[in-house]
Amino acid sequence: MGSFFDRFTGRTRSAKSAKERLQLVLIHDRTDMTQVELEALRDDILAVISRHVDVDPEGVRIDVEHEGREQRLVADIPLRSVTRRRSG
Amino acid sequence: MSAKIVTITSGKGGVGKTTAVANIAVALASNGARVCCIDGDIGLRNLDVVMGLENRIVYDIVDVIEGRCRLRQAMIRDKRLPELYLIPAAQTRDKSAVSPSDMVRLGDELRNEVDWVLIDSPAGIERGFRNAIAAADQVLVITNPEVSAVRDADRVIGLLEAEEMASPSLIINRLNPNMVKNHDMLSAEDVLDLLAIRLIGVVPEDETVIVGTNRGSPIALEMKSIAGQAFRNIAQRMQGQEVPFLDLDNRGSFWARIQRIAGRK
Repeated sequence: MGSFFDRFTGRTRSAKSAKERLQLVLIHDRTDMTQVELEALRDDILAVISRHVDVDPEGVRIDVEHEGREQRLVADIPLRSVTRRRSG
Repeated sequence: MSAKIVTITSGKGGVGKTTAVANIAVALASNGARVCCIDGDIGLRNLDVVMGLENRIVYDIVDVIEGRCRLRQAMIRDKRLPELYLIPAAQTRDKSAVSPSDMVRLGDELRNEVDWVLIDSPAGIERGFRNAIAAADQVLVITNPEVSAVRDADRVIGLLEAEEMASPSLIINRLNPNMVKNHDMLSAEDVLDLLAIRLIGVVPEDETVIVGTNRGSPIALEMKSIAGQAFRNIAQRMQGQEVPFLDLDNRGSFWARIQRIAGRK
């Protein structure tokens, strides 16, 4: 929700960036995993899954999410439709 | 009756641990409880000056632990409240003078003397912090609505989880309601959302805190101080009472008051 000031200057008020930056940094502190390591994990997961099924790389989303103080790795990996290939 | 031992810690320095200990202690003692504070910051003694007791020190925590005095001799009685005591930190440079098991023994001895033991933890996550939490039944983590303080609080909460201690409660200190309203400070809700532990108090930024520290007289004794009220509320919540959180958002704002009067808020 942007305030009048935000729209006027095109800048986000600082509390919002504080919260967003903290959300990321806390995930990394709690899991002891850097952004780079998370990227590597993401690539590995995708590579393994792609060996078995055809995935749509555009829609892939693999992220650490938090629920209270618990972290979980959430993967949303859309599969390419097989029916299309069969009918075509 | 056996005392409850509560440690106040933060990770980051300068967020208000010592002030919080002094004020919560004063608030508990003015409710009639017997309270003993322990300054756990060996080498950097400070709780004595905040409580205005610096001229009364004879013995300190290391003297008790090493048997140079009896427990009661190291418990300095407060000027105003007859059942409030302080065990000061030693000013020695040797931080290994106290171990976690020493703290457990000291805590156990104090359980029979008072109703509450409040331990002021040093900043950091090393020996002094380990000592401060060793005997605790409950830990209060204090933070400011600011990125580095929140990050360090999260580290400390993680360490307490790893020790399998009872889940700590959170004090958000030095919240500036005007900055929150202008979206230039994390709100209490934001901090709570990030740290995800139970909230026990929100203390607004308040000049009377510094005035009280200057005088060595914690502002929890002053009925007109808003921060003092917030600390009194924390003490009451620790004693098991349900106290609503202060309405900080609308304070001081002319328009907010008009809106409230007009019944729109």
